[in-house]
Amino acid sequence: MSDRATPAANSWDDEDDDIVMSLEDVSVHFEKEQGIVESMFDEPETVQAVSDVSIDIPENDVLALVGESGCGKTTLGKTIIGVQRPTEGTVSYRGQDVWDARDGRGDVQIEHDDIRKALQMIHQDPGAALNPNRKVLTTLEAPLKKWDPDMSTEDRRARIFALLDRVGMEPPEDYAHRFPHQLSGGEQQRIALVRALLMNPDVILADEAVSALDVSLRVETMDLLLELQEQFNTSFVFISHNLSNARYLAKEAGGRIGIMYLGEIVEIGPPEEVLNDPQHPYSKVLRWATADLDPTAQKMTDPPVRSIDIPDPVNPPSGCRFHTRCPEAREVCKTESPELGEDAASPGGGRCAACFRTDPDHEYWDSEPLDGVDDAESPVLED
Amino acid sequence: MQDTLQQRGPDSADPVITARNVSVTYDLEHRDAMVLDDVSIDLRRGEILGVVGESGSGKSMLANAMMDAVEEPGITTGEVTYHPEDGDPVDVLDLSHDELNEFRWEEVSMVFQGALSSFNPTMDIRGHFEETLEAHDYDVDEGMERARQLLSDLYLNPDRVLDSYAHELSGGMSQRALIALSLILEPQVLLMDEPTAALDLLMQRSILSLLADIKEKYDLTILFITHDLPLVAGLADRLAILYAFELAEVGTAEQIAHNSKHPYTRALLQAVPNLDAPTESMRPIEGTAPNPAHVPDGCHYAPRCPLATKECHNESPPWVDVEEDHRSACFHYDEADEAVPFDLEEVSDA
Repeated sequence: MSDRATPAANSWDDEDDDIVMSLEDVSVHFEKEQGIVESMFDEPETVQAVSDVSIDIPENDVLALVGESGCGKTTLGKTIIGVQRPTEGTVSYRGQDVWDARDGRGDVQIEHDDIRKALQMIHQDPGAALNPNRKVLTTLEAPLKKWDPDMSTEDRRARIFALLDRVGMEPPEDYAHRFPHQLSGGEQQRIALVRALLMNPDVILADEAVSALDVSLRVETMDLLLELQEQFNTSFVFISHNLSNARYLAKEAGGRIGIMYLGEIVEIGPPEEVLNDPQHPYSKVLRWATADLDPTAQKMTDPPVRSIDIPDPVNPPSGCRFHTRCPEAREVCKTESPELGEDAASPGGGRCAACFRTDPDHEYWDSEPLDGVDDAESPVLED
Repeated sequence: MQDTLQQRGPDSADPVITARNVSVTYDLEHRDAMVLDDVSIDLRRGEILGVVGESGSGKSMLANAMMDAVEEPGITTGEVTYHPEDGDPVDVLDLSHDELNEFRWEEVSMVFQGALSSFNPTMDIRGHFEETLEAHDYDVDEGMERARQLLSDLYLNPDRVLDSYAHELSGGMSQRALIALSLILEPQVLLMDEPTAALDLLMQRSILSLLADIKEKYDLTILFITHDLPLVAGLADRLAILYAFELAEVGTAEQIAHNSKHPYTRALLQAVPNLDAPTESMRPIEGTAPNPAHVPDGCHYAPRCPLATKECHNESPPWVDVEEDHRSACFHYDEADEAVPFDLEEVSDA
């Protein structure tokens, strides 16, 4: 691993300082709640939401995380913006460990408050993210009042109006005095975005931020995210279960797509490589699941997995976690877990996939196929 | 070329359900809110008809109206006729309470999104099957045999699922169990309202491919309502595009995707993020959809349409048969492809 994680790298003017967030070997486990009797006899069950993920987010970048529900993409996203404390591993912001700053441990170079301000989030359901009893203006003034209490009312409003105008809500005075229910879904999402942008953040986590919007609004909203990214130099961590949306955003911004499965990143890289030539069988399955607009090109084939239901994250399968469903799994996949490789964390690392099939010399090729592997169809992929 | 085409309207040879001039209105204090406006469409025997519309376009209302299930105080007008395979046509909107109960489930059944809210949380899945069979005076043992078969057709383990409560199943499993339940009384027609919307992509596609198999096996006719055009494009035989409470275009899936003659459909195709299309070709639709209490006079799409003329703002466009089995409600259908360029060939080959 590079020296960015060692204490020596914890300085402002380090050469790596365009890396905003850096995660090293991060795992997040949740313990299931137990009843009082249960807790006397059994160890609590732990859900491994994120297992051993390392990733860097540079300035002005897009990382799109894609996976099925329960794969840990939201937990990883929250860990990246320092909202979720990792069970293991370190999360650092420009070289400063976020949780050390939070707890006041060691030599804190960057205050936790400043880190908090620099990492923002927009949620999936904009209707639920805005207080229904507050006018847009009141909602937007709150963060400015908290972080900059000396700012005059005029300055504050001017700043808010300018941003509203910037996201296409004209005239801003009119929108500022509305309640959330007087706005459409797309407009509500823009308010949530403005609220995040008021802090001039370095990273915004957009958790399924366009999924709840109408189809016709999705491209518009993503275009807005891209414009703002360019203008404000903000990085986005974009979480989606939809490959098409993830591709759109990651491609336009020159970012990366990360495919997650049961808490692990199984493939990561530039969108064109990951989507047009997926290496990991799971990426291929997701590719199959993404409908093609052309009805003639789209055949109704059986799902290319051995089981269409996702395993319980409390007891993830041994070895490669995908081996219970993988159409290509062999004996060795049950015991050994494939690595993503060390380059995977950095944005320049190109494409990496955690699968033995990427290594032509691996013992996988001499291993016995698992039950059902022969019967399973391969995904239908037209190139 | 268009002039030689016979204007046949919505009629088709062997329909299961015919809906004619169906409207649903809500009586508000000042003016009526029209949530479905004069829709005429056939559901043909043995087809999968995809109804596509954005949220609030009235697509659920169409399905509800087809089984006279619009909730009070909504008022359904027009004609909905069910044509059984043998026997006389049934006027659905005229059925009594008891007749309706029989009609729903045994002839036409419906699957909603969010299976968790369709199941009773205090009853196991077996209870739902048994209760349904008993309520309709079916033989329970024979029916449960069919239930097990249906569940395994949907890739579920019958023993495990029947003994579970809905909350013990994953979203995809309970949605599949709900589909099995809806088929337990061997209906002819299945109306599905966003049956996969809350599910993961992989589960959505898996359910769709299972649906295609089940439809063949049990000789079903399916109406599939969704906001997701690419999702249903490969499954459906025909597509009906709804915009702001009225039908904009009806045609086969190929015709709609390759050769749409309505500016809204074309704009929608352009707006959908697609895995194969070059990202530059995706464009959002300008403007917003109208509120049901203030729908524009004339064509509902006119305020957002690049082709709109005075005529469009004042008059409702007539249906035009643009080619065999493909109709569009647009005054300027022949200019649509120029005004809103969208070429699927180009897009897919890129």
